Amino acid sequence: MIIGIPKETLSGENRVASAPTAVAALLKLGFEVQVQKGCGTKASFTDQEFIEAGASVVTKKNVWQSDIIFKVNPPSIEEIELMKDGANLISFIAPAQNDDILAALKAKSITTLAMEMVPRMTRSQSMDALSSMANIAGYRAVIEATHHFGRFLTGQITAAGKMPPAKVMIIGAGVAGLAAIGTASSLGAIVRAFDTRPEVKEQIESMGAEFLELDYEEPEDTGSGDGYAKEMSKAFIDAEMALFAEQAKDVDIIITTAMIPGKPAPKLITTAMVESMKTGSIVVDLAAAGGGNCELTEAGKVVNANGVKIIGYTDLVSRLPNQSSQLYANNLVSLAKLLCKEKNGTFNIDFEDVVIRNMTVVKGNEITFPPPPIQVSAAPVKPKAEPVKAVEVKKEESMSQGKKHIFMAAGALLFAWVASVAPADFLSHFTVFVLACVIGYNVVWNVSHSLHTPLMSVTNAISGIIVVGAVLQVGNSNPLIQVLAGVAILIATINIVGGFVVTKRMLKMFRK
Amino acid sequence: MEFSQGLISAAYILAALLFIFSLSGLSKQQTAETGNWYGIVGMAIALIATIADPRVDNVWIILVTMLIGATIGLQLAKKVEMTQMPELVAILHSFVGLAAVLVGFNSYFEMDHSVMANFTDSQQMATNIHLVEVFLGVFIGAVTFTGSIVAFGKLRGIINSAALMLPHRHKLNLAAGVLSFVLMVLFVQQGGGDNLLYLMALIAFVFGWHLVASIGGADMPVVVSMLNSYSGWAAAAAGFMLSNDLLIVTGALVGSSGAILSYIMCKAMNRSFISVIAGGFGTNVVIDTDTDYGDHFEINAEAVADMLNGAKSVIIAPGYGMAVAQAQYPVYKLTQTLKDKGVDVRFAIHPVAGRLPGHMNVLLAEAKVPYDIVLGMEEINDDFPETDVVLVIGANDTVNPAAAEDPTSPIAGMPVLEVWKAKNVVVFKRSMATGYAGVQNPLFFKDNTQMLFGDAKDSVEAIFKAL
Repeated sequence: MIIGIPKETLSGENRVASAPTAVAALLKLGFEVQVQKGCGTKASFTDQEFIEAGASVVTKKNVWQSDIIFKVNPPSIEEIELMKDGANLISFIAPAQNDDILAALKAKSITTLAMEMVPRMTRSQSMDALSSMANIAGYRAVIEATHHFGRFLTGQITAAGKMPPAKVMIIGAGVAGLAAIGTASSLGAIVRAFDTRPEVKEQIESMGAEFLELDYEEPEDTGSGDGYAKEMSKAFIDAEMALFAEQAKDVDIIITTAMIPGKPAPKLITTAMVESMKTGSIVVDLAAAGGGNCELTEAGKVVNANGVKIIGYTDLVSRLPNQSSQLYANNLVSLAKLLCKEKNGTFNIDFEDVVIRNMTVVKGNEITFPPPPIQVSAAPVKPKAEPVKAVEVKKEESMSQGKKHIFMAAGALLFAWVASVAPADFLSHFTVFVLACVIGYNVVWNVSHSLHTPLMSVTNAISGIIVVGAVLQVGNSNPLIQVLAGVAILIATINIVGGFVVTKRMLKMFRK
Repeated sequence: MEFSQGLISAAYILAALLFIFSLSGLSKQQTAETGNWYGIVGMAIALIATIADPRVDNVWIILVTMLIGATIGLQLAKKVEMTQMPELVAILHSFVGLAAVLVGFNSYFEMDHSVMANFTDSQQMATNIHLVEVFLGVFIGAVTFTGSIVAFGKLRGIINSAALMLPHRHKLNLAAGVLSFVLMVLFVQQGGGDNLLYLMALIAFVFGWHLVASIGGADMPVVVSMLNSYSGWAAAAAGFMLSNDLLIVTGALVGSSGAILSYIMCKAMNRSFISVIAGGFGTNVVIDTDTDYGDHFEINAEAVADMLNGAKSVIIAPGYGMAVAQAQYPVYKLTQTLKDKGVDVRFAIHPVAGRLPGHMNVLLAEAKVPYDIVLGMEEINDDFPETDVVLVIGANDTVNPAAAEDPTSPIAGMPVLEVWKAKNVVVFKRSMATGYAGVQNPLFFKDNTQMLFGDAKDSVEAIFKAL
């Protein structure tokens, strides 16, 4: 089948849905690839590079006649008109918002896979274009902020004076947020980050930021089961807003990335908060396209509110067109590999595969959106299961605790009985035995892992002490006992000598 | 030369102390060698004191047998390959077990059975206790003996390493225990009885054999450590029989430390201690061979060399396969070459990699890999996402993502090295066969995983040349 790569027509879009290296990979899968003339120019891919990779360069009309279309942005109705009946389309579609596009695709029986519908599973990570694009957006958000920020991000002490480091607050620690954290902290800023999901604390800290904790605890779990955050309760939002208001006075740059799929972005930064910020501060709103997290955001523009700039660019990803095209193209190649397991150049839309099922929004002349829900994120499932587990564990614990007590009581009784009838001699031996057990128990707990084997072989050698018993018996007048004791001495000695020598050999090899 | 009783007691206390120091010394790298010496000195003191005991006769038998034993032991220890360490340790345990059985029998034969009729109550009680001690000593010793032999066989490959699955095996074990207990009660009531003792020894031999035979090869590290503990208890039981405090102290030390070591290891594998001991692992394994994991990608040595050349940080995760192929020396050569090029090379050791706790550490130490670049699982697991290349050499179950991702997997919940989080993973393997747990490994089918088939040693050497 022929894959066509048309030029993106959305204004301000610099990306293209393939790259020369990706073309080569697609050819390996058995596809033919044709690209529209000049499609990669804005992303710094020349037609010549595509030709060298094995693609043919064709006109707009021809490219839209391909069997499979790879695109970045949703096609316009006119573009869909250019397509063949029964063709395939892989692109961002925004199926929840674009009913008309779905209808147009359905009318032409164009099987369509929406790139935003890649489920968040380990297996499908290599196709997750939202993540790969969010990574770029997070990076670029910091770069844009720095560009408008009149100061260094890092702190410096120079002959001309001291410059304090900038303080950056990042709201939402998804892929974009984490990328922004990493970028800002590598530029030297002090980074703080907030997320409604407490489980991302570790990720935030691993990227070098401080996790802003909230005093309030949400009664239920905060993930929605699909790996994205969900809307929070009123009380939680109040606590959250108080935190932001307090931070706004302190920080120089705020980067917001809070988005809830299929809903308008939550308003997190109020006008009052912006007013409380220092002059020259920056707000970058990555949710601008979805209405913005800041009340003053205007999509696609930089707003200056009393000296605080609010950056609402919606094309951050497109501002790194070369790399974002490359990554998007790689996502598409991974998807193509999944769709074409036979490597024979044809697609197999297999609805048994949850990834493919979830992504397919139109199959033949049928709209298959929304897909049946799938649970992909392990974390949100846990809280539901946890209460049950906790009860079980408790039961077990109390049971084993009870058992322990019974055992202890039985042991004590038994011991008391033995003590009352046994000779004193036995008791003193028994005391020694118990004490030695405790010592052995305590001595070994802290053994370092690398020494397990030497420890075992030395204890093995020491347990050869049984030889003492045999030595004491060998003097008996009974020849049978003499022989048995002799054999025992022999083998126990093998054990002693062998154990110690081997331990020594092993230890010799350890060196710093 | 004969020592007074007081001097002997003093020597015993000294020996016991030295043994304690020995064990605590062995728990740290810096003091390990001193610890071993403490053990040797303690043993020497104990033996000299015992031989000098006025009650001991026939010293020549002792000396001759010891000399022979020492020679054999020295030969074994000198000749053994480091990869065969587990086997050696297992077979040595069986010696202790057998010695305990023999000492137990002797102790029983030594008793004067004719005067029993005229015993006072307290004498009767003392005899009863002694009989119980003999019985327990022989039982533990016998279990240790056959158990160790089976462990040895499994490690050696003489006995099939898969878990033996007799029907009603748990009931069989239980029956053996109950029967032995009944025999013990009879034995004590009758004031001894040769046949009862022999019968019990026989049951214990079979029980020990079955106990270990029903545990799969992957759990052998725990089993070896557990047998170590048993051998200690056997020595302690012998101490009770002979009223010898040194034996009791030492046996208890070894017994409890071995038990703790087994427990630590079970925890590392997220296994229940009880179920390992009772041969539980592998019981409910549903091996799912139908799942389509996708394709694996092959790579050749030159490409791996290129990958390593371009890497900043490399982690090597070795497993039993490295031991089998004796690849530790070329691996270290490779490590050095990479380090000279400025690549950060480290080793990630899973707690149960190999067939013996710390097996990998011993092998790497043998190849002179400095131990500060050899890290344990907890120390290194967080570093995988920032790692460019992970070389998985002969490890399988310890790097299986199914343990973390697939709750139905038989190894679910076992902590594993999260190698799949690295940018690239190269798996050195002989074929696509499964590991000891018999579970398919989805790691091999991940997009960032490449398979390098062949003998680990040859592969590493080929990469070394290509570098």
